[in-house]
Amino acid sequence: MAPSNPQWPNPRPAAAHRTLGESLRRNGVSRRGFLKFCAATASMMALPPSMAPAIAQALERARRPSVIWLSFQECTGCTESLTRSFSPTVENLILDTISLDYHHTLQAAAGEAAEHARETAMRENAGEYLVVVDGSLPGLGANPGYSTIAGISNYDMLMDTVADAAAVIAVGTCAAFGGLPKADPNPSGAVAVQDLVKDKPVINVSGCPPLPMVITGVLAQYLTFGKLPELDEYNRPLAFFGQSIHDRCYRRPFYDKGLFAETFDDEGATKGWCLYRLGCKGPMTYNACATMKWNGGTSWPVEAGAPCLGCSEPDFWDAGGFYDALSVPPGNTGDTLMMAGVVGAAAGIGAGLAGRKLAKSAGSDHKTVTVDELEQKL
Amino acid sequence: MASIGDIPVRVEGVASAQELGNAWPILSEIRHALARLIETGEPTQIDLSAMPFGPGDEARLLSLLGTGEVTATVDALGPSQIRETAFRGVWVVEYQSTEAQRVALHIEIDTVPQLLRTHPDDLADGLAALDERLAAGEQRDRFDA
Repeated sequence: MAPSNPQWPNPRPAAAHRTLGESLRRNGVSRRGFLKFCAATASMMALPPSMAPAIAQALERARRPSVIWLSFQECTGCTESLTRSFSPTVENLILDTISLDYHHTLQAAAGEAAEHARETAMRENAGEYLVVVDGSLPGLGANPGYSTIAGISNYDMLMDTVADAAAVIAVGTCAAFGGLPKADPNPSGAVAVQDLVKDKPVINVSGCPPLPMVITGVLAQYLTFGKLPELDEYNRPLAFFGQSIHDRCYRRPFYDKGLFAETFDDEGATKGWCLYRLGCKGPMTYNACATMKWNGGTSWPVEAGAPCLGCSEPDFWDAGGFYDALSVPPGNTGDTLMMAGVVGAAAGIGAGLAGRKLAKSAGSDHKTVTVDELEQKL
Repeated sequence: MASIGDIPVRVEGVASAQELGNAWPILSEIRHALARLIETGEPTQIDLSAMPFGPGDEARLLSLLGTGEVTATVDALGPSQIRETAFRGVWVVEYQSTEAQRVALHIEIDTVPQLLRTHPDDLADGLAALDERLAAGEQRDRFDA
């Protein structure tokens, strides 16, 4: 379809209509290379490696979906996570094989030409394109002036773009749950995407930032099987958010034995014992960090000796101090949790459930902390 | 550019892999997969990146598996290193990106790892390419004569 304004070239080349198999073959990828790509993709989608041939078969026929990426009240950390992942090949292949038609940070076009690209992609792929959102946005009753793009309020741009989309992927905790902008006292009236979009499937890929492999894994799953993944109660893909950090943590054996680090430099810390008493939110946090890790599988916060902050959970900014053990906030279930540390694995599940309840109530229990208090604590 | 693996990091006093004990259950899983291969011919692939390994767990598992008599490198979309372990039929397959960064690490329990087999479509492509080559050769011979 010709663009409505002839001075701008059509941003969608013929390449967008090729199958993924054709795209890869044209890029000189052999079948062995493709099989390897599929093995890595299965790994990325948290599927068993035996699925690789099925993935190869499905991907051969897959068409490159158009993706419109909207950035609202965000820090660009999610885009950084995706584009600066340490082993770029798999992610790049995925990015090369979707048609990323609009992305503020990555696109060369600016101003009206950029908005034109978005409108063209929406028109040409009506009903089929994916919308990726990072960042929260001022809600209906809030002042829209807190965040606008090209003079359009975030709310109007989201609703306009989503109207003909196949699905929406909320990337990062801000888009998924409101994140930092929504943290108390929420000056901009920030809300999450799922608070506004009710008539389209919304998939939340939470994390601050999310693991790059999880972002691409969700895209790969849609690309491969043409349908959206199975989701948990917070609309997160179960393949990545189905198990708690605590249940997959390599330090779990120490928790089961009741061996805890009490400070950041005691014997327990140097020996790699459980970080639960240093504020680790692993029992109430559902994410894939413990297995997929960061920086190309090099390490992850707990392996580096830092407790999990619970960044993929709703309202984690307001869920008490990062370095307070789950038992510390007032009105706590701490005794139960501490006992769980001693009695082991079965009770760990109880700790997770209690922790989740705690996170929900932590907003009302929120207490401020001064720099002096923080220094004393550390 | 130096890779992250080139940065010398010396970790002192952390728990030993033996203490964490995450390598042994995988070894047991491999044992059952090998028995299954013998009984039913069904191969198994285990994705090690999906395992909650701590520091030293992977090295301990690979050291327990040892090295056998076959090694191979596949150069497709970056190198892939394949080696048979000391237990025949148990293979370690490391998939690497074009920048030689690991993208996946699998244990395969099979007579030959999947990546080394030739795809049936590649056999047909190879036959077609050979026919083309032979036809071109015959034509050139006739032209030279």
